[in-house]
Parts: sequence; C-alpha cells; structure tokens
Amino acid sequence: MDKILVRINGKDYSAEAGKMVLDIATENGIYIPTLCHYEGIKPQGSCRMCTCMIDGRKMTACTTPVTHRMVIETQTKELEEIRSTIVELLFAEGNHFCPACERSGNCELQALAYRYKMMVPQFPFEFPNKQLDAKNSKILIDHNRCILCKRCIRRKKEPENPTWFVFKGRGYKTQIAVDHEMIDKEFDDELAQKAMDTCPVGAIIRKEKGYDVPIGERKYDKDPIGSNIEKGAKL
Amino acid sequence: MGNKKSPRSNPKRKNGQCSCNREFVKNVLEKYNNDPTRLMDVLIDVQEEYGCISDEAVDVIAKTINYSVAQVEQTLSFYHFLSQKATGKYAVYLNDNVVSEMMGREEIADVFEKEVGSKFGNVSKDGKIGLFNTSCIGMNDQEPSAIINKRIFTKLTKEKVKKIVDGMKNGLDVEDLPGTDVKSNILKQGPILIKDSVLGDAIKKTVQMKPDEVIEEIKQSNLRGRGGAGFPTAMKWRFCRDAQGEKHYVFCNADEGEPGTFKDRIILTERSQLLFAGMTIAGYAIGAEEGILYLRYEYKYMKEQLEQVLNNLRKQGLLGKDVAGEKGFNFDIRIQFGGGAYVCGEESALLESAEGKRGEPRDRPPFPVVKGYHQQPTAVNNVETLCAVAKVMHNGAKWYRSLGTLDSTGSKLVSVSGDCAKPGVYEIEWGFTVNEVLELVGATDVQAVQVGGPSGKCIAPNEFNRKLAYEDLATGGSLIIFNNKRDLIEDVVLNFTNFFIEESCGSCVPCRAMTVQFKKKLEKILNGNGVKQDIEQMLSWEKVMQSNRCGLGQTAANPILSTINNFRELYDKKINKDKDFISDFDLKAAVAESCKTANRIPNIGGDNG
Amino acid sequence: MSKPIVATTSLAGCFGCHMSFLDIDERILDLIELVEFNKSPIDDIKTFTKKCDIGIIEGGVCNSENVHILKEFRKNCKILISLGECAIMGGLPAVRNNNAPISECLEEAYLNCVSVQANDEKIIPNDDELPMILDKVYPCHEIVKIDYHLPGCAPRADLIWNALEALVTGNEMDLPYEVIKFD
Ligand SMILES: Cc1cc2nc3c(=O)[nH]c(=O)nc-3n(C[C@H](O)[C@H](O)[C@H](O)COP(=O)(O)O)c2cc1C
Ligand code: SF4
Ligand code: SF4
Ligand code: SF4
Ligand code: FES
Repeated sequence: MDKILVRINGKDYSAEAGKMVLDIATENGIYIPTLCHYEGIKPQGSCRMCTCMIDGRKMTACTTPVTHRMVIETQTKELEEIRSTIVELLFAEGNHFCPACERSGNCELQALAYRYKMMVPQFPFEFPNKQLDAKNSKILIDHNRCILCKRCIRRKKEPENPTWFVFKGRGYKTQIAVDHEMIDKEFDDELAQKAMDTCPVGAIIRKEKGYDVPIGERKYDKDPIGSNIEKGAKL
Repeated sequence: MGNKKSPRSNPKRKNGQCSCNREFVKNVLEKYNNDPTRLMDVLIDVQEEYGCISDEAVDVIAKTINYSVAQVEQTLSFYHFLSQKATGKYAVYLNDNVVSEMMGREEIADVFEKEVGSKFGNVSKDGKIGLFNTSCIGMNDQEPSAIINKRIFTKLTKEKVKKIVDGMKNGLDVEDLPGTDVKSNILKQGPILIKDSVLGDAIKKTVQMKPDEVIEEIKQSNLRGRGGAGFPTAMKWRFCRDAQGEKHYVFCNADEGEPGTFKDRIILTERSQLLFAGMTIAGYAIGAEEGILYLRYEYKYMKEQLEQVLNNLRKQGLLGKDVAGEKGFNFDIRIQFGGGAYVCGEESALLESAEGKRGEPRDRPPFPVVKGYHQQPTAVNNVETLCAVAKVMHNGAKWYRSLGTLDSTGSKLVSVSGDCAKPGVYEIEWGFTVNEVLELVGATDVQAVQVGGPSGKCIAPNEFNRKLAYEDLATGGSLIIFNNKRDLIEDVVLNFTNFFIEESCGSCVPCRAMTVQFKKKLEKILNGNGVKQDIEQMLSWEKVMQSNRCGLGQTAANPILSTINNFRELYDKKINKDKDFISDFDLKAAVAESCKTANRIPNIGGDNG
Repeated sequence: MSKPIVATTSLAGCFGCHMSFLDIDERILDLIELVEFNKSPIDDIKTFTKKCDIGIIEGGVCNSENVHILKEFRKNCKILISLGECAIMGGLPAVRNNNAPISECLEEAYLNCVSVQANDEKIIPNDDELPMILDKVYPCHEIVKIDYHLPGCAPRADLIWNALEALVTGNEMDLPYEVIKFD
C-alpha cells in the first residue's frame, strides 16, 4: 500500500493514498462534521458540512482523496461559521418540529445544532408547504424533515436498477420521491430499518415500530456528535 | 421526427392529463437503441410530439429501459422544457431576463395573457396555448423574445403578439406565425467571425502533424478557454490525452446559458464549420473518435441547419472515416440537446445530462479530462475556444499571439446588450477597455456594466477604464449596460437573484437555500425595512457560498455582493440608518385573510405592526 | 441597588415553559431573593406597573393580541427572552403554517369538522372583542427584537436557571451541553 504524508491542522500524519481526507481525519481522531456522508456508501458532497481548507481551497473532505504533502485545515473559525450557518439554513428551510419528531435525540441535524449551540437560526423560517407521504406500507416519508442529503438514493440496492429512491425537481423545489409499488413489494423489516437508519434525520420512518429509547437517553442527548471520534484521538 | 412542418399534434387529454401513443414512444426508444443513457433524446422527442410526457409514456420508457417510474421522472423533472403536464399545442416561453424586462416584457406578457385568455404558468382552457416564463434564451440583442415550439420570436411588440396569438388560434404552422426571425447582429468582425479561411485547411494541416505537436502549437498560441474559467486549452488537452481510458471524447459546450451571452449563437449560425473543424482538431489531438456538441434546447431551431453542415463535411471527407485522408483518424460529431437548465453549462453537469441524467455537477476531483463522459477521458471546450483552435491551426500560433495582450492572446467575442444604441456581437482583441466598448456600442449615461453575466460582476464608471483580459476584467463574453434610469437593486439584482434560485440544481445546501435567504433580505430592504445589520449579514454569507460545489453556487450571490461593494450608496439610501432592528412583519396583511373568512372588519389599533 | 424586575407571559404556548420554570425547585427561593416579579402569571399582575429588566416570553405569536402583548413587553423590558420552542420557532401551533391557509383552518374548525354542532348559521366567531388570527404563527423574534433564546420543549429547568442567574448576576452565560435541547 502506498503511504503518503499529509498535514492536518499543523500536524503530520501518514495516510493511505486514495483514501478520502475525511477518513484520514477520522482515523486520527479528528472530527469533521458531516451530514450527507454515510459509512459504506459512495460519497457525494452535497451538504457541504465537511468543507475544509485543502491546499488553500475550500473543498469537501468526504469527496477529496488525499495526495502527498496535502495541507488540510479542518477547523478554522471561518469553516466553523460555514458549518453552523448550513445547519441554520436547514432548520429554516424545512419544518423541524423536534418536540414531535420520532428522531429527536438520534438526529444528526439536531445533534449538529446542539454541537454548535444553535439557539435560533439567523434566518426567518420558511414554513414551506411540504407533505407527509404515508402511502407506503413499510415506511413513511416526511418531506418536512428531509434535508436532501441523498443518502437514501445513494445507498445501492442489488441489482442497482430500477432504484427505490430518487430526486425530483430542482433547486429549492427538489424533493425526494420513491417508487411505492416497488418498495411495497421488495421491502421487508430489515430493509425498512436500514432505510430509516440511513437517513440522518426523521424523514424516513419505519411503520409499525415505536420508540425504544426514552428522551434523555438517546444517542446525542449526553454527548455531542463527533465526541466518539474525538475520544479516539491518538495523543 | 416526422412533424417537420406542422405544430405538434394536439395532445389528447384524459382527466386533465395528456396521453401519448405507446407505439410512438416505443419507436422513439428504438431509435435510440433503448439506451438509458439516451434518455434525454427520448424525452425530448416525446415532449415535442405531444407537448408533454404523459404517465403512460413514462411507464413505457421505464419498462423498456428497466428503470423505475420514479427514476424516469428523476431526469424529466430536472429540465425546464420537459413536462408531465400538458403545455398546449403551442407552448409559448417568454424570456424573463433583465434585458427583456428593460425592453418591455411586462407589457408583452400582459398582451399575451389578454389575447390568449389565460395566465402565465397555465394552458388555455381549450388546451391550445400554454404561456410560460423562461430565463435568457440568448436573444438579448433583440428583446423581448419568446420561443414557441422550438421557433424563436424576437423584438416582440404589442401588435406582433396580437398577430401571433391570432395565428395560433387559427391553427397556423409555427413557421407561418409572424416575427420568427433571428438576426445575427455582427457589428465588429475579427479573425473568428470574418469569413476568410478555406474550410478544411486547418484540419488538413493538423493531420500532417503529430497529436503532440498539435497540442504544442496550441500551447504556443497561449489560448485559454472562452467558457468563463480561462483554463489553458493545451493543458486541458494534455491531461486528457495522457489519461487512460477505453475511449476519449470531445465535447463542445454550447449551452450558453449565462444571461446576456449570445456570442456562441452567432458562431453556431454563421461559422459552424469553423467550430466543427475545431472539434475535429481536438479529437485528433486527444485521440477521440467521437465529438458531441451539447446544444442548449433554446437553440433547437438550429438543428436542421447544423445537421446539414455536418452532412456536407461528411461528404467532403472531413468527418467520418479517415478524416482528411488521414488513415486511421476516424472522427464524427453528433448533437446532443439539453432540456433547459443553466447549470448544464457546467462541464460535469453537462456530461451527466448527456448521459441521460439530471444535470447535477459532479464532485471534483476526478476532473472530466480523467473521468468524463461515461467515465472516460473527456475534453469539454467552449464553442469559441474551438473556433480559435481552428484559427490557430490555420494561421499558426505566432500569428495568434500577435493579437491581444501578452497574457490574453487572440480575440474575444462579446455580446453587448441593454441600454445602448447598437446591441450585438463585437469581436474585439483582448485588451479593449470597457470605455472603448461602450463607445463602440453607443452607450451614454451609463450607470453600471454587468461584466460576464449575473455570475460575473457589476462595475461602476470608476472601473470603466479597466481592460477586458484574463489578467484584468475576465469575461465569458457578455456585457449588459444599465443607464442611470435603472434601479439597479430592484430591476437588476433581484432579477439575477431569482435566476439563480430557479437554476440551482438543488444539491448543495448553501446554493439551494441561501439564495432564497438572500432574496428575502433583498426584499426586506426593498420593502423599506432594511437596517445596516441586514447588509452586513449578507456580506458575511459570502464565505458560505464559496463552499458550494460548482461555479453556479459559488457565484450566485455575486449580483448582490458586487453591487454592495460597488454601489453601496444605493443600499444605504434604502435602509434605516438610525435603527438596529426593524421587523418585516405587517399586522394588517397578516390578519387580512382570517378577517375575511370570519367576515369581520380588521380592527388595527395605533401600534400597527 | 434594587432587585432586577422580571415579567413573564405566555402567548401561543401551553404554559409548559412556565411549568418548567417552576421546576427549578427550591432554587425558586434563591430567585425570589434575587429578583422581583412584575407582570406575570406567577404573581397574577396583569399589566405592567413599572419598567422591567427582564421579560420572558413563552409561546409564539398567533393572533393580534399576542402581537400587542409582545410589543408591550418590548417597550417595558430591557432584555427580552424567547423561552421554549414555540416562542423561538412557532412550535406545535405553527404546524398549521405549512399545511393549510388560515381560511381553511377556520372553516375546518368552525364549519366542516365532524365535531361541529349547532352552528346552523355557519358563523366563524367574529366578535370585535376577539383577537384577530394571523395568517401563520410567528416566532417572536420575527416581530420584535429578542435578546436571548432558550430552546426546549419544555426548556430544561437548568437552562432557565443558568441563564437567568447569569443575566441577573452579570456573569457569563455558561450553558452545558445537556441543557440545550429542542425536545
Ligand atoms: C453554472 C455554470 C455554467 C456554465 N455555462 C457555460 C456555458 O454555457 N458555456 C461554456 O462554454 N462554459 C460554461 N461554463 C464553464 C464550463 O464549466 C467549462 O469551464 C467550459 O465549458 C470549459 O471550456 P473552455 O475551457 O473552452 O472555456 C459554465 C460553468 C458554470 C459553473
Ligand atoms: S429531523 Fe431532526 S431536526 Fe428535524 S424535527 Fe426531527 S429531530 Fe428535529
Ligand atoms: S429522506 Fe433522509 S436520507 Fe433521503 S434525502 Fe431525505 S434526509 Fe437524506
Ligand atoms: S453549487 Fe448549486 S448548482 Fe452547483 S452543484 Fe451545488 S447546488 Fe448544484
Ligand atoms: S459530508 Fe461532505 S459534503 Fe456532506
């Protein structure tokens, strides 16, 4: 394997060529916030949360492969401002009524808002007219909470065609859509659970299944998102 | 397709939805070998035949290419000119860009609505005429303009519109409607627009050299891309040639979607042979056998003419097998149409679209030169760049370098429009100042010039002595002039901001959502509720926009940011300087609907919001 | 120095935030030592009798009366706090914002809903004394300037305590991770 040298936040690390900046950072206990990235599916930089200064330019860590002597800054004031603004944008863009959301406490978007101590977004809420799609027998899709990260779409099925989840429309009108007939036919409990787990927020909810864990004990209730990575930091 | 000279068949409607003939759809699919990567072509053909793509058609397409219905809709719903709802026997797309507005679009739109009897965004009750808006269609020198079933109608007047609507009501062929002429307003010729070179010479000269020598010649000419980014052409080709792949591809980017830009349109109508020669040379240099001209849907009216030129070239042995007699050099060109999406001008989005998908830009790296069309090495070049290539090969790099400035060699086509006496295309040498251009085009009382379209910048007179050149004021080729009577913020900046909101592909959060927030802020200021903090907030959002994936999102705030920077006093005049908070809330408006529903008279006290 | 004066109100809220306020338990005694309450449901003072230092708003703004009260608070309080999800982003009342125009909501509530009885004249209440309903539920800060936002549904008692204590004592606000929650 080709080992190369990269510099992250002023410290040198050896890395495997071809791996993404995000992976190298994670391996070394450096947390870079993400939303559209999901372990095991092909990255597509759409949320822009993981934007870092890479060789002096703003690039997404989840899609940029490391090269020899690459210089990476993951946490400048500017980058942190970009990230917290993106979180605020997402809250203003959708309808996030956390108190009534099944995902509250386990939600990556909410967790990032907690991490950035977002008390209120700097943007006016749009309250867009979005629907809850419960046509399907296995999952329900709440467009109000969808952040259009495409994780559901990018998670490949076998065989790949035809696909379950797609994007429809463009720009601010973009929505995800599903092939209900196909999901009805092909989804079992496991696939439904997997779809729900793939979604970073509460936009895909498995039907016929209630809460397991009470509020207060959920994933991000006590420890900030990313703290597991940071705890693994080699000193 | 078999409907050359008649408007498309009137869609038969079922429950307000249009229906299509399954056989027809199957034949179309067949024509493209049931190839999912040719989905764009299939959708466009069906759309043109029926004025819509019905659920039935979607179903046939999905089944044939083994897609889910949702998957077909995924591509379909991305493009402005593809529609699942009926668009009428005649679909009118009226340009709503800023120059069209300046030239009286609003009045024209009113006449359309009155004469047709329905509103924009709708089809008339009898299903005959649909009225829609569309962004710049590349006719800024002859606004207001519209597209009706592929035909372009320019310099619309009230009288013309009345006649056009009359004609449509009487079922005339689109060709027979009055006003369908596009003028090539060439007002200054240079090496590209002048008709001097003997066609084929450039190609013949090229094939006598080795591909590496061709790239070297281009390198010597110092030619840089004319699509906006100014990337050195030789370097792009070098990367592409060196990249490993089963096949290499040449793409010509003829998406020309930047509002105010129409210089490629002139080349495509007047000098397409030069362009095709350039593509052929590129093919030779990078080792490609296939060239694809990605043409924006708005220019569909050119199709027949361009096909004819290609056929002539094939007949002359300048395309096809053993081009120009060079054994083993096979190269041909096909035209790929877009479906109406500005972002498809971005090279990787263009490739996605050409593969039959949504025009969402890709993450880079990898770059198209390494992994492009069908993941193979691909060189994407602008129309004008490729024409310059042919000129360099014909006249030599040394000659080319003698034109322009040291860093910006050769000539540049600029599309000039807006408040001036002579809008049109001017081929100037790089290094002309903005003032010199303004003089050429007869512009007086100039308040501002938009250089390089909405994604470029808006400059004030104190910068008019700057040079058009990569090293000073770079431009993809458009100058829009605004005189002192224009309200820059309300008429121009708001229009441009709306443009980016509509054209964002929707992938990146800041591009999709921040553009909307920018607009809200702008409206707050225009409503008279702005404070200094609002302006500062907008400036602070610039860095967030820089994090977007492609140039669209990275520049989408430029109209606002560059006017704040260059025309700050216009904003200061509109805000309340002595307050630090003003709400946009309007109590009267907020209670209006509920009071109406409850049948009561709003009773708004002294402290009305 | 006199004690800082605090006023509180509930607009389009459920009083849950006030309940959470009382959840600071015995620390309420410390608070009484530190501050004096003016207009508030806590002491049942209905109108402002003097200028206040801190105004605490629970609930979003759904009608003209809410607008009026909120503006009164802004006029009479030096510092305004939006307490809880409803004040900050409309909360559950704002679920109507994205689903139906207010005309439909009113028609559903007073005319069409299955539980509507004996409204033969088809009247939607329109007495002049009634507040007028707004087209949507507004977060407080979209109407007046709000200085601090304390999220939660209901906000954790510790969040309220820590924030108030800091404001009253002038110390820096130190809000631990566990207390800033949206649920
Ligand atoms: C949103 C966007 C739209 C673009 N539109 C065009 C276009 O219409 N024509 C074009 O040649 N280049 C366009 N470009 C630039 C292309 O991505 C690419 O740089 C260009 O085609 C390369 O050709 P060149 O090297 O010959 O300039 C656009 C870029 C962006 C980001
Ligand atoms: S998806 Fe996340 S942020 Fe949205 S409402 Fe649910 S918990 Fe809150
Ligand atoms: S449904 Fe979930 S996974 Fe799919 S795009 Fe929306 S937020 Fe992402
Ligand atoms: S910047 Fe805008 S147009 Fe470009 S990829 Fe992102 S969302 Fe799409
Ligand atoms: S995680 Fe990298 S762009 Fe979303």
